[in-house]
Amino acid sequence: MSAVLRAESLVRRLEGEVPVTLVDGVSLEIERGQFIAIMGPSGSGKSSLLYLLGLLDVPTQGRVWLDGQDTSTYREDELADRRLRKLGFVFQFHFLLAEFTVLDNVTLPMRRLGELDAEAASARGMKLLGDLGVADQAAKRPHQLSGGQRQRVAIARALANDPLVILADEPTGNLDSASSANVQQILRDLAHVSGKTVVAVTHDGTFASAADQRIGLVDGKINNEWPTRMPA
Amino acid sequence: MRLALDIAFGHLTTRKRQTLVSLTGVVLGVAFFLAVSSLMRGSEKDFLKRLVDNSPHITVSDEYRRPREQPAALRWSDGAIAISNVKPQTETRGIRGYRQKLEFVEALPGLRVAPVLYGSAVLTFAGRQEGVALSGVIPETLKGVSTIDEKIIEGSIGALSANPNGIVIGKGLAGKFNLSLGSTLAVSAPGTPSRSMKVVGIFRTGQASYDDTQTYVLLKRAQVLLDRPNRVNRFIIQLDDPYAARDTASRIEAAIGYKALSWAEASEDIVSLLLVRNIIMYSVVSAILIVASFGIYNTLSTIVMEKTRDIAIMKSMGFHARDVRRIFVLEGLIVGTVGSLFGLALGLVFMKALSEVSLRPPGVTEAVNLPIWWGPEQYALAAAFALGSCLVAAYLPARRAGAVHPVDILRGST
Repeated sequence: MSAVLRAESLVRRLEGEVPVTLVDGVSLEIERGQFIAIMGPSGSGKSSLLYLLGLLDVPTQGRVWLDGQDTSTYREDELADRRLRKLGFVFQFHFLLAEFTVLDNVTLPMRRLGELDAEAASARGMKLLGDLGVADQAAKRPHQLSGGQRQRVAIARALANDPLVILADEPTGNLDSASSANVQQILRDLAHVSGKTVVAVTHDGTFASAADQRIGLVDGKINNEWPTRMPA
Repeated sequence: MRLALDIAFGHLTTRKRQTLVSLTGVVLGVAFFLAVSSLMRGSEKDFLKRLVDNSPHITVSDEYRRPREQPAALRWSDGAIAISNVKPQTETRGIRGYRQKLEFVEALPGLRVAPVLYGSAVLTFAGRQEGVALSGVIPETLKGVSTIDEKIIEGSIGALSANPNGIVIGKGLAGKFNLSLGSTLAVSAPGTPSRSMKVVGIFRTGQASYDDTQTYVLLKRAQVLLDRPNRVNRFIIQLDDPYAARDTASRIEAAIGYKALSWAEASEDIVSLLLVRNIIMYSVVSAILIVASFGIYNTLSTIVMEKTRDIAIMKSMGFHARDVRRIFVLEGLIVGTVGSLFGLALGLVFMKALSEVSLRPPGVTEAVNLPIWWGPEQYALAAAFALGSCLVAAYLPARRAGAVHPVDILRGST
């Protein structure tokens, strides 16, 4: 198996009167089809690492390879293009656009990519919503959905352009236990059934226990003793 | 572009009240722009029309803008010659060889020309004397270049042809001397004997100085009276297109050598005044639109602030900064376009209402309507200015939106 996502000596430092190091020398390799959970205490740099791996942020030092390509020389627009084609994001808050219907939200990345016509994009959007069990909500506005439904729509949107990697930041953080279990199952299936690589930041030990690999992060550094201390 | 439009419409329609306020600002701005512009330009055109209609478009006189080159200087142009204290030869003033020059001017397209001998004379009646301006004219040609024929209230200009000793005077002069059609008076010029002439026409222009002092006689009679046989000292020219006067005057002056003064040159101070007035007017009405554009700026700034998380998520999805900027610029354009369309319609209503306002200025017997200009340029100008203001107002928030760094927002939201 080849590494779909590789980080080498990543450092992310916020300059200021008191410089803060968010990520400190992290190196890792993530294979295609793996479900990875990144764990650690609050402020340990989990989300910062996820943003670096997701090309949303640029490291102060170090490099990220996505699908075998070094992204360190990419300009902002090139990074955006890689995010559009190869990455999908799911956040703790769903961030669905309130002006649009559920289906419109899901087709938004497809329309931005512009490879499918409107009809094909709608059909794909409906299939994704169907796969996630929310096809019947397609015409509704996000505020008319429950928290779990919104998060499933957000996952459908993340899958819109058939990305290689799904990056999830506390995807179950705002959900009740039933919805949380449902989202966990969906992400695991995405990795194990659909062959997507899933990298999820979580505090939730139950969620993390479903992952193939758990990476512990303490003070911005990898500390693989951390996950073992978490309750399962 | 379609996606950006959909998002832009989505933003505007979900903030209906604020969008409506911005839109109303643009609508009123464009409407007032049009109403004021049409009124000011209308009054300007009305003023110029009166100016142009009541004076010759071009007057060629027996003067030179620059002294004529001396033959010696022409002959030895490269020589070290300095000519000073040149005294003009004593000669009868007037346009030399005026018939040939008149033929040249007559041959030019789009104009009518009348030769005139203009001078001063003294009018004597019942022991009273009055200095007057005397114009020797050919009635047939004068009709084509002057509106004096329309101002005749008794007799006619044409009567001069039938009676070579006839004179046409203004109503003011007739009143002063108690003259009427058929009255006989004596006219003399310095150095020439007095001649008895008969009033064959009385005009009234409404301009007191003109009605009190101007007189018309037959050209040949004026040449005798002023002792300038076979001379004229003015060509009065009227053009089909009065606004071509400046160019035509230059062309005539270049060809015949005598000074050709267009109405535009003669009224340069008035034209400058109108220009300044237009600049003031456009500054004021543009200010209305600039104020309206602050409404758009305010609306879009609020939307950018409220939609920061949406912008962050769109950028995380792969939207470029320019995609985000385009969305907000489009929002400004939508407000500008819709506002301009409704503003143009409302402006037309204002213009129609203004055109029906009737005023009776003091001392004027007939009521006059406000002069409104319906020219198409002002619609384009109003819409273009509105769109320009909206674009500028939208660009600043759009730039801010494009600069949103998703991580800064996402980190604060989670």
